Amino acid sequence: MNSSTPATDAAWALVFAAWVVATASTLGALFFSEVLELPPCVLCWYQRIFMFPLVLLLPMGLFPFDPRVVRYALPLSLSGMAVAVFHLLLVAGVVPESVTPCSRGVPCSATQIEWFGFISIPLLSAAAFTLVTLLLIVAHFRTSK
Amino acid sequence: MRRISIFILAVALLGGLFLLATMVYKGGEDGPAKVDPALLTRMHAPTLGPAEAKVHIVEFLDPACEACRAFYPFVKQLMAANPGKIKLTVRHVDFHPGADQVVKVLEAAKKQGRYWPTLEAVLASQPQWTINHVARVELLWSHLEGVGLDLDRLRNDMLADDIERNLKQDRADADALKVEKTPEYFVNGRRMATFGYEQLRQLVQDELAASYP
Repeated sequence: MNSSTPATDAAWALVFAAWVVATASTLGALFFSEVLELPPCVLCWYQRIFMFPLVLLLPMGLFPFDPRVVRYALPLSLSGMAVAVFHLLLVAGVVPESVTPCSRGVPCSATQIEWFGFISIPLLSAAAFTLVTLLLIVAHFRTSK
Repeated sequence: MRRISIFILAVALLGGLFLLATMVYKGGEDGPAKVDPALLTRMHAPTLGPAEAKVHIVEFLDPACEACRAFYPFVKQLMAANPGKIKLTVRHVDFHPGADQVVKVLEAAKKQGRYWPTLEAVLASQPQWTINHVARVELLWSHLEGVGLDLDRLRNDMLADDIERNLKQDRADADALKVEKTPEYFVNGRRMATFGYEQLRQLVQDELAASYP
């Protein structure tokens, strides 16, 4: 293993935390679709496309620790964040439904889960992507110093 | 090595949590609930086969759905193999854009007593009038010529209130029964656990064995 300095230790922990968030989100998404059998809408699929690879990609940078993994993971988390924010705007009614292609049965603007009155699946997704992005950016600055 | 242990612990925790949640959720289900029979059949729904048949298949069908087209002869074979024991009721859904118009064609054909031959012609010609999963009723007319329908009367009947009402009733019942994909079959009120020819055959066999010991 490479020289373990406090800076790389902190960066490792941040990337590890990003992996935990990505994995929890992935398992959560699979729980919704495979166990609760809620069909994912088109936008959910795009968010999955950006979230699922992080589960496999980030550990490749953890063992042995390679800070450049941030560089490879960030485009995924940023793109996922963009789709999630768009999805939130769609649900909120800011973006009109007609601009998105959605199958009947699962319109993306439909709300399938609502916990405590405000937590929806797109909100969880946007929060997860934002958290992953922030953790990776902080990890990047910790190692580049 | 401390890092790898933390990682493995996290994998185990997350995976275990997922499995636990799955088991808790699945354990809470009491198997497939018996559905409300009133939602399955309505007076207007066309039924094929003898009224006294004890095995009743209710099919939710979208005329523009390819799987419905593929399953239709299979259901007819099951009925032919067990003469007098199976009856089939068709309910309509319009999951494909434009399919509502084709459902209205079928409903209007029923008024002329030609529902089943029309359904067969509609399904047989489906690839000609369903283009990229969009049903285009204007392409259907030429395929109905051999059925013996009065097409002028049919077009007129398609605008009738009772046909609109039947369509809405079928949609409402499909929603209430959580029919999200077609074809969906209810055999004496029970649905397939998973989708497939073999599962449908098994379900029908089970009900035949129970009803005709």
